[in-house]
This record gives sequence, C-alpha cells and structure tokens, in this order.
Amino acid sequence: MITFMNNSDSEEEPCNERTSLMSAESPPVPSYQDGLQASEAGEAQTHRKRRTGSSRSPNNVADGDMSHSSVPVRESASENEEEELTLKYGAKHVIMLFVPVTLCMIVVVATIKSVRFYTEKNGQLIYTPFTEDTPSVGQRLLNSVLNTIIMISVIVVMTVFLVLLYKYRCYKFIHGWLILSSLMLLFLFTYIYLGEVLKTYNVAMDYPTLFLVIWNFGAVGMICIHWKGPLQLQQAYLIMISALMALVFIKYLPEWSAWVILGAISIYDLMAVLCPKGPLRMLVETAQERNEPIFPALIYSSAMMWTVSMAKPDTAARGPSQQTWDAAEDGRENHRSPSHADSQMSETRSPVPTRPITSFEELEEEERGVKLGLGDFIFYSVLVGKAAATASGDWNTTLACFVAILIGLCLTLLLLAVFKKALPALPISITFGLIFYFSTDNLVRPFMDTLAFHQLYI
Amino acid sequence: PALGLFLFTIARDPLRIIILIAGAFFWLVSLLLSSLIWFIAVKASDPRDEPLQKGLLIFGVMFSVLLQEAFRFLYYKLLRKAIEGLVALSEDGCSPISIQQMSYVAGVGFGLMSGAFSMINLLADALGPGTVGIHGDSQLYFLTSAFMTMVLIFLHTFWGILFFHGCEHRRWWEITAVVVMHLAVSGSTFCNPLYVGSLVPSYLLMAAAAAWAYLLSGGSAQNLRRFLLCKS
Repeated sequence: MITFMNNSDSEEEPCNERTSLMSAESPPVPSYQDGLQASEAGEAQTHRKRRTGSSRSPNNVADGDMSHSSVPVRESASENEEEELTLKYGAKHVIMLFVPVTLCMIVVVATIKSVRFYTEKNGQLIYTPFTEDTPSVGQRLLNSVLNTIIMISVIVVMTVFLVLLYKYRCYKFIHGWLILSSLMLLFLFTYIYLGEVLKTYNVAMDYPTLFLVIWNFGAVGMICIHWKGPLQLQQAYLIMISALMALVFIKYLPEWSAWVILGAISIYDLMAVLCPKGPLRMLVETAQERNEPIFPALIYSSAMMWTVSMAKPDTAARGPSQQTWDAAEDGRENHRSPSHADSQMSETRSPVPTRPITSFEELEEEERGVKLGLGDFIFYSVLVGKAAATASGDWNTTLACFVAILIGLCLTLLLLAVFKKALPALPISITFGLIFYFSTDNLVRPFMDTLAFHQLYI
Repeated sequence: PALGLFLFTIARDPLRIIILIAGAFFWLVSLLLSSLIWFIAVKASDPRDEPLQKGLLIFGVMFSVLLQEAFRFLYYKLLRKAIEGLVALSEDGCSPISIQQMSYVAGVGFGLMSGAFSMINLLADALGPGTVGIHGDSQLYFLTSAFMTMVLIFLHTFWGILFFHGCEHRRWWEITAVVVMHLAVSGSTFCNPLYVGSLVPSYLLMAAAAAWAYLLSGGSAQNLRRFLLCKS
C-alpha cells in the first residue's frame, strides 16, 4: 500500500512553537503531542486505506472487512485488469494531486512575492535557537546543522509520542488536540495573514468586519475539516492551512537551516516509513490491525471526503467500510455510477461488467483516490516559497523547483503503483527540488541572464 | 497562444499533463547541463576578453541546442517504453494515447518551458517602472521578445511532432532537418537587435515546419478547406 507518508505531525508542531512564542498574548495550547499522535494515526489510516485502495488484488486481506465481500467479486476480475486499473487510475490520481499541490504553491509564491512581511527576518522559532548571523561560514553551517538536529529530534519525539498515544487508544486526547491546533491555525494565522495582506495593499478594514470575516472563515473551516462538508471546500481549506503553515515556516526559519531541514526531513521520512522499526510504520501496522478510519484534518484526500468516522459510532456494526462508504456517499461529488467505477476512466473502454452491486467496498476503494499528507504540501510549498523568496534568479528558479517537485510527485506515484505499499512522498520530490534549486540558481541564472541581455534564444 | 493550446488540448487528459510536465522537465535538465558547460567554460576563460566571451556565448548557445535535441531524443525513447507499458496494461490492446499525441504534447512541453524561461523574468521586470531602450537599445525589446518567444514555442511543438515522426519511421533526414532548423533559428537570433534578421526567418521556418507537421499528421489541403468552411 502506498501512502504518502509524511510528517504531517510537523504541522502541529509549529503551531505550538508559535504559541509558545506568543504565549503572552494567547492562551497556551495543551501539549501538542495530541496532534502529533493524531497525525500519526491519521497517517496510519492513510496507509491502511491507501493500501486497500491501490492494490485491488484478491489477496489483499490487510483490511478484513473490506476485502471479504470483494474477494468473490475479484475472482472474476483478473489480476491484470486490476493492475491496469491501478495504472489508469494512476494518471488521474496524479492529476488530482497535481492540482492541489500546484494551488498551494501558487498561493505561497504569490504571497511571498507580494507581501513583504514574510520575507522579513523577525526572529526565529524556539526550535531553531541558533542564529545565522554569524560572521564566518563555518559557524553558520554549524549553527544550521544544530538547528536541524534540534528540529528533527523534536519531530521524532513527537512522532514516537503520537504512536504511543495511538497504541494506548487515547483518542479523545488526540482529537481534542487536533481540534485545538486547527483552531489556532484557522483563526490566529489567518488573522495575521489577512492583516499583512491588507497592509500591503493599503486597504482599510475595520475591526467588526475583520472579526466577522475571520469568524466565518474559521468556523466553516472547522466544520469542513473535522466534520462534514463539500469535498471541494474541505480540500480548499486544507490547501489554505497548508499554505499558511508553509508561510510561517518560510518566515521563521533562517536560510541555511531551512535547506538543511528540508534535506533532513526527507531522509527522516524515508527512514520512518520504510524501516521496520520506524514509528510511522508501526503506526501503520497498528492501525491496520484495528481497522480504523483516518483522522481528518491531517490528510488531503483527493477523491473522497473522509468524515470523522468517529462521529458515527453507530455504524460500527459494519465496520469502517460502511462508514467510509457513507462518507463517500456524503462527500462524493463525482458522477460515477455505483457499478462501473471505471467507466469514466476511458470512454473507449467498455465498462467492466464483472462488478455488480457487491462492489460497494470496492467502489469506495477505487474512488478513494490518492491521499497525501498535509505535511507534504507544507514542505513542498516551503521549498518553492524559499526559492521564490531568496533566489536572485527570481521566477526561473521558482519555476524550475516547481517542475522538479511535480516530477518527483509523479515518480513517487509511479513507485506507489509498482510497490503497493506505504511510500514516503517527500524524499524524491525534495531531492529533485533541492538539486534544481541550487543548480538553477548558480548555473542557469547567469547563462539565461547573459542570453537575455543579448537577446539570444536557445 | 501556448497557454491556449494547453488549455484546450491538454488540460483535459491527465496522461497528457504528465507527459507535458515530463517534457518540460527534460528540457530543463538539458538547459541545466548546457549552462553547466557554459559556466565552466566561462570560469576557465578570461572574463575581460569581450570577443572571447561573445564567442563562448555563441558556443554555449549552439551546444545548448544540440543538447536540447539530444534530450528530445531521450524523451522519445522513454515515451516509446511507456507506450509499450501502457499497451501491455490496457484492456483492449491499444494504448490510450498514440505516439503522435505524445509527440505533440512533448513538443508543447518543451516549448512551454523554454518560453517560460525566456520570458518570465522579462515580464516580471516589465511590471516595474522604467523605460524601454533608454540606453540606446532598441525600443521594441519587449515586443520582439514576446514574438520571438511565441515563435519558439510553436517551433518546439512542431519540431516535437517532426522529430518523433522521424524517429518512428527511421527517417534520419527528418531528424537532421529538425536539428538544422533549430540551429538556424538560434543562429538567427544572433543578429539581434537587427530584428528583421531574426524574426522574419524564424516565422518563415515556423510556417514551413507547421505545414510539414500538419501533413505528417495526416492533414491535407482538403481537410483544411473542409475545416475552414465548416463543412461536415
């Protein structure tokens, strides 16, 4: 099962970092380990779900109830067909992921380019205590490495704590924290963001209007993410909060630290997902054993909306599959007919008639689409945003990083289709992005500048 | 216009979008390598020597053109493999996308990326204050840049089609014609700012390439007439 593993937990952390920075003004948030746990759990769910989603082979018994009724149906469908469907869905899913990632990046880049606030250095997070204003290169490098180590260790501790909480079924804890952190994100960060944007464009807005706007935005966001809402609205909200978080990162991480952190996070991601002892992998397996649905607010789902299945405990009779099916019914906007999930894939192909109504669970799997953790969004956007903010080659570098990340995403999805297990989404894209950023900034830029100066075209 | 091409023909099919982005990526990599070579050459040479720098630049441009075509070829190879994979996995034995569509999309990918890289900094600067050509350079800088970029994007599209067609049917002369055309177009930009020397031949070449690609793709004068007169 391939999931897009990622450190969505890190999204909660900065919330708390921010909170601790501003503890004078805002009420302290209870320990963010909740959210971490939640995100871990969420990722676990993702993994599990994705597993069912992507590999429709008959021997996929990872999720008990799901495959039970689908097994007899599957017998008629050949393995080949399913593989092919996987691949066909692959292209569509890739696009379903391209669009939100692109949107998020566009929002971040647009903000960086226009609002000065996010490129000013106004202090650092307490997780990166070492400053980078040192006179010597070696000292600066050392400081950034130390910053990275601190940050990564914080993330690791969080992750492990989340796994433990999840193992010991402290769901209320996790939930409460998730809600609190998304509350803070939605209200506080939006307020700051809006304030800065209005400042940049010199638009006056009085406090009552501001209060009304933010209140509505935040309340609808809370409902959408944690409860039910139209799929597109939920996706839009998730994109917005990812962008906000990425902006916070861009602002508060010093330059070299940011790049080193990006590299280190992708390595960590790789290890946490693929190593047998990795916390995220343990989470996956635990969640698998329990057949539990996903936590909301941490995973971006491209095809169906995962409502808070916790909110519907009465359907526990049929297990999560029923819940997810309900979720699908509630949130699904697309027009696929129940028995021919694949008919819209290609008009030339005749719909596969071998899957009649028993394909409920199957249907939900096929329609599940791809899930990408929100932390992935955040780090992609951080990379592109940093490129936009600090590169002297301006748009060329940004564009190059953008294409590199998209290609990385494509490759990751390809590997997903091939390996059919949980895969980290960060490493390949971030590696490509970093390579392209540094090479474009240093090599391509002078070349293009000289060409443009003489107006030569290649 | 390139954006229009994109929206109308490519945006609908996800597979095409992927091929487009991959094409852009390949162009980017070729640009990277060629700028690496140029950078090394510049660093290794004397920065004060003007004609040498100019010569190096010309060398860089030519090398970059050759690299782009080489990467187009590599991309072609990759797409061939991909098509075989898609055919093997598809239900009814034929791939959901034909090699011609792929060649078109790849060409657009190349073109979009090269156009973006050529134009986007210019556009960003154009938003700011300033007067064009205040130091005695041509006043038409932006305009000609825009036209040149557009013609280059179209040319890349057509070259993509021609190139892949040549590779498919093993007609080496087609491939060399594409390479020669690319070199010619890039070379013609050397006469900038004497714009008549660069824009006019480029447009002529583009018209020729367009006609050629159209014929290769199965069009004919009859089709064109029917299309224009909206006959069924």
